[in-house]
This record gives sequence, structure tokens and C-alpha cells, in this order.
Amino acid sequence: MSMLSLIVFLPLAVAAVLAAMPAIGPTAGRWIWVAMSAAELVLVGVVWAGYEDPGPSGLAFEEQVPWIPGVNSSYHVGVDGLSLPLLAMTAVVFLACAVYALRDSDRPRVQAALFLFLQGVSLGLFVAADLILFFVFFDLSIVGMYFVIAGWGHGNAARSALKFFLYTFLGSLALLLGFIGLYVAAEPHTFDIPELVAAAPLEGSALTGGLVLAAVLVGLAVKTPTVPFHTWLPPAHTDAPAIGSAVLAGVLLKMGTYGFVRIAMPMLPDAWRAWAWVIVVIGIISVLYGAFVALAQTDLKRMIAYTSVNHMGYIVLALGAVGLLADDAAQARSVAVTGAMVQMVSHGLITAALFLLAGVMQDRSGTYDMGSYGGLAAPASRYAALFAVGAFASLGLPGFSGFIAEFQIFAGSIALAPVTAVALLGILVTAALFLRALQRVFTGPVEGRSPGFTDLRPRELWSVAPLLGLSLLIGVLPRFLLEVIEPAASALATLVRS
Amino acid sequence: MEASMRMLPALLLPEIIVFIGALAVLLGGSFLPRRRQWIARIVAALALLGAAAAAISAMFAPAQTAFSGTFAVDTATGTARIVTAVATLLVLGVASGEIAASPRESDTYALLLFAATGVMVLAGASDLLVLIAGFLLASIPLYGIVGLAGGRSGAEAAMKTYLMGALSGILLMLGVTVLYALAGGTGYALLRETLPDAPGAAVGAGVLGVLAGLLFKAGGVPFHFWVPDASQGTGGTAATFLTTVPKVGALVAVYRLVDTVSTGEDTLLFVAAILATASMFLGNLAAYWQNDPRRLLGWSTVAQVGFLLVPVAAAGRSGLALPSLLFYLAAYAVTNVAAFAVTAALPRHRELAAYRGLVRARPGLALALLVALLGLVGTPPLAVFVGKLTTATAAWDGGYGWLALAVMLNSLLSLFYYLRWFAPVFARPHQGALGFPQAGGAAAWPAATAGVAAVSSLALGLLAGPLWAALEGPLAM
Repeated sequence: MSMLSLIVFLPLAVAAVLAAMPAIGPTAGRWIWVAMSAAELVLVGVVWAGYEDPGPSGLAFEEQVPWIPGVNSSYHVGVDGLSLPLLAMTAVVFLACAVYALRDSDRPRVQAALFLFLQGVSLGLFVAADLILFFVFFDLSIVGMYFVIAGWGHGNAARSALKFFLYTFLGSLALLLGFIGLYVAAEPHTFDIPELVAAAPLEGSALTGGLVLAAVLVGLAVKTPTVPFHTWLPPAHTDAPAIGSAVLAGVLLKMGTYGFVRIAMPMLPDAWRAWAWVIVVIGIISVLYGAFVALAQTDLKRMIAYTSVNHMGYIVLALGAVGLLADDAAQARSVAVTGAMVQMVSHGLITAALFLLAGVMQDRSGTYDMGSYGGLAAPASRYAALFAVGAFASLGLPGFSGFIAEFQIFAGSIALAPVTAVALLGILVTAALFLRALQRVFTGPVEGRSPGFTDLRPRELWSVAPLLGLSLLIGVLPRFLLEVIEPAASALATLVRS
Repeated sequence: MEASMRMLPALLLPEIIVFIGALAVLLGGSFLPRRRQWIARIVAALALLGAAAAAISAMFAPAQTAFSGTFAVDTATGTARIVTAVATLLVLGVASGEIAASPRESDTYALLLFAATGVMVLAGASDLLVLIAGFLLASIPLYGIVGLAGGRSGAEAAMKTYLMGALSGILLMLGVTVLYALAGGTGYALLRETLPDAPGAAVGAGVLGVLAGLLFKAGGVPFHFWVPDASQGTGGTAATFLTTVPKVGALVAVYRLVDTVSTGEDTLLFVAAILATASMFLGNLAAYWQNDPRRLLGWSTVAQVGFLLVPVAAAGRSGLALPSLLFYLAAYAVTNVAAFAVTAALPRHRELAAYRGLVRARPGLALALLVALLGLVGTPPLAVFVGKLTTATAAWDGGYGWLALAVMLNSLLSLFYYLRWFAPVFARPHQGALGFPQAGGAAAWPAATAGVAAVSSLALGLLAGPLWAALEGPLAM
């Protein structure tokens, strides 16, 4: 078994053992979870260390075993510059969640099993090089998250979980329909991702190509989520447990945007170009709508949820712009794709940190209502400091990963289509809403639920701080990340344009 | 031609074994004291195992026909035989808990085996008269099985099943008469040769008549009314059997018939596509607000027949059509048995809400139910997912892209009512709710059967690749 299979199946196997053996006590369950997530991070680190750029449309650490040869579907995995950063980000976020949950008392063994299952599934999706394999992991992530929300959520958890399941399952079925369309159009029929990219099966058939792209886009847009497919997100986040929100926003949302760069763009370049304007407009709307609705929230967690719509909108905007007609702009296209990829990693780290911090509020006083707090910086100075860092990172302050991402996204997109500059307004609104939130919750006289608010405990500190530290590291020394992403990004940009 | 004119009774070994097993159980059962009826159960199980073994070994031989070309022994028949035998064996597992030492125990086993023989004959029939024989052999024991449950609901279920069966049986024979008149014979090889020259409307009427009979057996729209009543009104053993096993033979027979008479003619394929769509939508929408788990499952099986009819619309158009149908049948059989076996393990829990908190009281049973319901939705990597994927692909490949869309839409529709069932399973238990029986006792058998079937559903999905190769083979003519 090679490295990637080990990374995918080890957590799944441990999850099965944890689920099947009630004899494992709560404490053991929690520590097995932490140890396993740490081991995963080490394994991903080994892959990163041994990674060499496989060249355009090549895959490193590749592995292929026939699965359903009747429909040309195989267990095919591999990594390249588009998937490796997400693999690493996923491992980091899950480890942070494991550390954060070290004191949880609600069925810790089953919770550990569920999260290890989700981790294996998420990592599996990012290394899948076969559409059916991709779909298998895509669907299983929905099932896993349903149980996280329904089983460990609060408030109206059952209803939010149901809405989440139905909505994202609809997306997954649209996606599957698109996959079948790609399979039927390819000659010979296949579900293999590299083969489909090489064949670009619907080149020249505008109608079918457009319909298949529409199916794939709807599927991915629900998961991302972009306006108008985002309505499942706020209730899911509000009622999910903190670590559930962190995984949902940090990792699961990336499955949508990753699908754009892995499947939609390289396999349907023609259709992507034809519909590029629509995608750009949806991106701009998501950016602005997400920012303004977030501004109107009084519930801290809903606010962070809506900033996700905004942040994911930047990615959609950049990827749409790559398909726009513009001469001699290969450089700009490559920059836009790179920016979108960095944004995926950056958003994963920062939003996971913010959701974990929001979870601390729920833990201490049972509410996310920002009006219920005041002057929280006095009793909980470490909490305030970390929250401020997270807020500044999220609004894209230079020195953090978000700045690198958004700078490249706009540098690329505006060069391709100057009109995309309107989305810059989104950054301004995000800055305003985060500053306002900081002011309402942390400054002024100590009042409401703030008195007696216990400051961060070590396990909370040790889960959130590394996430923000990594964002800072990427912001200051982005080369190690960009060197992995850039070759793959420019290959993708060439593929879409040529 | 020479070979097909010979009798070759050895080719019908699986059917013969099950039939003789049924006779042995029937006769022997009347001599057995009530506490020794498990002997009849062992005999029945051995007959089914023997039939499955004979069917597997027959799969290695090339496709051929027996009894002068009236019975096809090919991949489709072989798969249907194995699935029928295995599914009936699982039904015996459910029965071991439910009707052990009951007055009619060995009679039930005999009826199950007779019906299973009929189902196998249906699957292999390549002559309309053999099809009639198979239909009757599969149907008549079924009326008895449904009625054996007793009580008012059992009587009502048996009556509905019988009336619907009699009506559709008459339509079947009427259709056969018309086709016989048009073709001058009843062999499928002859039908394929002569029907393209016969008047289209008459052929259509004849084929629709035959399809009516087969749709009753399958429990598909518009002959589905008996399915929810029978699943709810009769016992767990009978409900499991009648929603699972007859479909296997009926759908293979539908495929064989459509493939035979639709050469170069797509009206019939379109009819199959319409029937599939109607069955999917009606079954799913009717299942929505059902509160009895068995009735909900009954409607869900109506929808599943719709999914199973999807590849029929691609008969002869896509290489995926037949193997995907056969795979889906196998996947459906184990998954559906798993779901029914869970209801048989909890016979007093006849409301969805009564399942609240099952995961804490009986985690194994809850997990089996989860696998069964997610399997029926079509969640990967469970077996039905591969079935849905390949059937939808076959339909699109065969020129019916919209049918693939209908499959996806219906999977979404079905998710909601399956969630209505398994959401309470994982919720915190209420105070004063109906408790769950301890594991063990009589219900241990259905519970174990549910576990075995659920594991098979997962294994079948993961091993789809190697199995697929065994399903690719032409129909014998």
C-alpha cells in the first residue's frame, strides 16, 4: 500500500475500530484521535517533503487499481500542486479539532470515530483521480457531517442537519449526472480524470457541453456554496458543534471549489469559456451578498458563516475570470488560479480558527449573540487577542495568508476583466464588519455575559493558535506554498485557454 | 439449432433441486412434530444452497437453451437463480425467528420454495408458454404465503394480492394469445423473426398484456396496489419474500421480452422508460408520509422497481444495460432483505417514531438499518449505488438522457422519507417510549439476517469490479 492509500485508509480503519469497540474508554478514545490526526499530519508532511512537480497533467505518488472495469472506473489516486496544499490544510484542521475536543464529554469515542471517518473521506476526495471515487468521498462527507450536526449539534440540530443533507445531496446528484454525461461523451467511455482531461470529450458541442457543465456547476456550487445555493449554510453552522463548523467550513466547502479546478475547468474548457461571464457574475454577487448579509448579523457564528460565502466568492470570481476572452494574458490567468488556490488553503485555516473561537463562547455562556457581551478583552485577554488576530487575518490584512490570496485574485482578475474591481468593495465591507464585531464584543465596559468569562484553556489555545500561526507563516513566507501551486496553476490556465 | 432442439433436462438442475426440496418439505413436514419442524427448515436451506451451487457451476458453461429452445440458460438466468436462492435463504433466516414452531411452519417453507422455483422459471423462460407456467408457479404459492399470516389484515392483503394477480394473469395470457396469433408460435426466437412484419398495434397490445402480468409480479406501476398492503398486512417473512424475490424473475423476464420484440423499434423502449419513470415517482411520492415502516418500505420497493426498469429502456442499445440490471437486482435483493429483516427483529415497533433511540439500545441493529436505508438511497460505496450509477449510465448511453435525470431526481426524493426513518434511530430516546427487546431470543435470527444482508450489501459494492465481469454475457436465444 502506498503513501496516499495509507493516508486515506488509516483513519478510516481506526474509525471503524473505535466505533466497533465500546471497551475503549472516553479518555483513550480522545487520545487515539489526537494521535491519529498527528500521525496523518506527519504522513502528509512526508508526502510534501518527497513531492516533485509531476509536470502538466501528471500526478505524483500515483496509484491505480481496477475497481469497476465494466464502466472504466478504477481506484486511482495521486497528488499535484492543486491537491497537495489542500491535503496539508485538511490534516492541520482535523488535528486542531482533535486537540480542541480533548475535554468534550459527549460520547467522545463515537465522536472521534466520526471525525476520523470524515478525515479519511476528505483526504480521499483530494487525492481521487477518478470521478466515481471522487463522488464516493463527496457523498460520504455529506453522510458524516449529517451525523456530526444531528448528533452533537445544539439548537434545532435535527432540522438543520436534514436541510444540510437534502440540499447537499441534491448537489451531489447533479454532480453525478454531470459525471455520467462526461462518461457517455468520452470515447472510449471512462471515468478516469486524467484521461477525461486529455480527451476534453465535449469540445465543440455547445449544447451538451453547456448542460453537463451546468450539472457539474450546480453540484459544486451547492457545496461551495455560492449565491443562490448557500441557504443551507447558515443554519448548518449555527447549530453544528464548533469542531463540526470548523471542518465544514474549513475542509468540506473546499470540495466544491476543488471540483472546479480538478474537474469542471480542465474537462470542459470550451463550456467554461462560454459561461465564464456567468461564473464571474455569480462570484461577484457571492462576494458582495455574503459581505453585506454578514454585516447585518448579530449572531457571531452566522456572521462568520456569511463571510464564508464572501470568501468562497473570491475563488469563484477568479476561476471564472480565467475563462474570459483576453489576449496575451497567460500570466494574469496563472496568477488568478494561484490566488484561488491560496485562498482555499487560507480560508480553511482562518475560518476553522474563527469557528473554534466562536465555540468557546457557546461553551462558556451558551450564546453567540454579540449584543450579550461587552468589554470581553478585560476578563479574557488571550481570547480577545486570538480573536483579533483571526479577524484581521480574515479581512485580508497584509502579513496573513488572506492578503496573498486576495491580492493575487484581484491582480489576475482585474487584468482579465477590469469590471471585477467592484468586488473590492467586499474587502472593505468585511473589514468593517470584523472591526465592528471586535468593538462590540471586546471593547467598552465589561457587561452582559462577559464578567467571569474564563480565558482560553491550554487545549483551546493549542488548537487555534497553530492555525493562525500557519496563516501568518504563509502571509510572510508564501514561497514554500506558491512553489507547489504555481506550476499546476499555470498548466490549468493554459488548458482552459488553448 | 441442433443442440437447442434437444431436451437437456440437466440444464434445469437448480430449478429441479428447489422443486424437489419443496416437495420433500411439504410431505416430510406433515410427519414432523411441531418442535421438530426445524428439520424442514434445514432441508429447505440445503435445497437452496444446492441450487445456488448448481447455478454457479452452470455459469461457467457457454449460454445455451434447453427443452427445444424454450428455456434459456445464460448469464441472466444464472444470476437470477443465484440471487433468488440466496435471497430465499435470507428469508429463511428471517422466518427462523418469526415462525419457528408455529403451526404452519413447514407449509410456509414449501410455499417459499415453490414460489422460488417459479421465479427461476420466469427468469429463464424464452417461450411465452413457459413464461405462463413460471408466472403461475411463482404467483399461486405467493397468495398462500400472504394469507398464512392470518388475522384481518392478512386476509385483506391476501385478497388484494390474489385479485390483482388474477387480473394481471388474465392480461398476461391474453397478450400471449395475441402474440401467438401474430407470430404463429410462442418461442422468442420465432417472435424476434416474425413480429417485425406483423401489424404494430397488435404487437403492441400483445406485448403490453404480457408486461401487465410481469409488472404485477415485479410490483411495478400500474399493477402495484397490492404491494404496500401486503407488506404491511402480512408477516415479516412473507413481506420480505414478496417484495424481494419475485422481482428478480419478473424483471429479467421483462428485459428478455423487451429485448426480443424491440429489435430496431424504439416505441417499446420508450414505453419501458415511461413505466420506469412512473414507478419511480409514484412509489417515492406515496412513501412520503407513511408511518408504518413496512408500508413505507412497500412503497419504496415500488420505486425501486422503477429504478430496475431503467436499464430495460436501454435494452439492445447499451452494453451496460443487461449487466447493470443483473447487478442492481443482486444489490437490491440483499439491501431490501436487510431493511425488512430489521422490522422483523422488532415486530412490535410498527411506527417510525418507535425507533427513537435504537442506536443506544441495539447499535448493531441500528447500523444494519442505516446501511440498508443509505443503500436504498444509493449512497456509495454500497451496492445499490453501483446499480443506480450503471443503470442511469446505460439509459443515457442508450439515448435516454432524461431518464438518467429522473433517476437522480428520484434518489433525492427518496432520501427524505428514508431520513424520516433513520433520524429518530439516532436521536436521544424519549422518556416512557416503547423499549427495545434485548438482543437474543427469537429475534436473534432476523437481527443476524439483517447484519449478514447489510454486510453483503457493502461487500457487493466494494467487489463490484470482479463481479461485473461475471455478469457480462449475451442472452441465449
